[in-house]
Amino acid sequence: MHEWALAEGVVATAIKVAEREGLREITEIRVKIGELQQTDMEVFEFALKEIVRLQSALLRRARFLFEHEPAVLKCRVCGTEWAFKDALKKLDEEQSESIHFLPETAHVYVRCPNCHSPDFEVTKGRGVWLESISGEK
Amino acid sequence: MDPRLSIIEERLKDVKRVIAVAGGKGGIGKSSVSATLAIVLARAGHRVGLLDLDICGPSTHVILGIKGVYPTEDKGIVPPLVHGIRFMSIIYYAGDNPSPIRGADISNLIIELLTITRWGSLDFLVIDMPPGIGDPTLDVIRFMKRVEFLVVTTPSKVAIETVRKLVKMLAELGIPITGLVENMKMPSSLGIGQSLEPLGVPLLGGIAFDEGLEQAVGDVEKLAESCFAQELTAALRRIIDERGGESHV
Repeated sequence: MHEWALAEGVVATAIKVAEREGLREITEIRVKIGELQQTDMEVFEFALKEIVRLQSALLRRARFLFEHEPAVLKCRVCGTEWAFKDALKKLDEEQSESIHFLPETAHVYVRCPNCHSPDFEVTKGRGVWLESISGEK
Repeated sequence: MDPRLSIIEERLKDVKRVIAVAGGKGGIGKSSVSATLAIVLARAGHRVGLLDLDICGPSTHVILGIKGVYPTEDKGIVPPLVHGIRFMSIIYYAGDNPSPIRGADISNLIIELLTITRWGSLDFLVIDMPPGIGDPTLDVIRFMKRVEFLVVTTPSKVAIETVRKLVKMLAELGIPITGLVENMKMPSSLGIGQSLEPLGVPLLGGIAFDEGLEQAVGDVEKLAESCFAQELTAALRRIIDERGGESHV
């Protein structure tokens, strides 16, 4: 996912949760980021700051905490498990860039190291997840 | 919580109508209808987007002869303007390679596309759907609250039977159906209007099998002048002539 779109999603979701929970101020937002996403953290954090700056006082003092989760792939055919970072080493820049924009295109470029099947699942490290938000009522 | 789900509606807020072109089975001409409809709408002066959601078998880029263009990054992904159409497809990222994606990953990919794509202001967003009522159809219904369906079938009994299931499901869910287009209509057609009339879907018109259509694939000028395009235009006249894209057929 493009970092800016991701940041917009995080902020919009945090605001929704805050409204639902009756928070008048958000103090902390925990975000889990899967490795498959290959998020550029510098760009992501810059986008978050810019988006928060345009928001109401609700988010002005919010602190963002990030947890990075390595991506693990598991072949549905032979059961082999392997790390995405190992697969990444075999990809060229264009292939890696495609997965950066659309992570599911991993199925286009990555194959099981044992049986070469494209039929694998991402058991860990896919996507971005808003783990929790904390704030004051 | 998946943060992507919060902004899909935001991405579509300046799109007046979202038309998913769907059918019960493959090979009935959904992609030809989608691509040609997008061309006809664009030439009628509408602002048009075309989203190819046939993830495993995208083909609208082939029909429209689209190659050598790519989206640009601007706080998301802005689809390139090709032949007057904002065009988005997995092909920008998968190229000519097979895309063997299934299950939850299909849904994830659709969510991702809907999240990152900045369509801007459009009169119509046409979606080329894959066949059937599986993940993509359910995802489009789930995430695109204002979607309406344009249903395509051929006079084949098999196609009609599968489209009946699609129509039944859409009706059950209260999803608007713009109408039905009969593609590859044959003189001996039994009349799909009669077959599907009990389901209350208006038959917008029929398109005869156009032997010249294959010659027009990849050539937008030929496609726009084809009998196929002319008959599709006649069938969808009320959609195409609308200004501002507000009312339904």
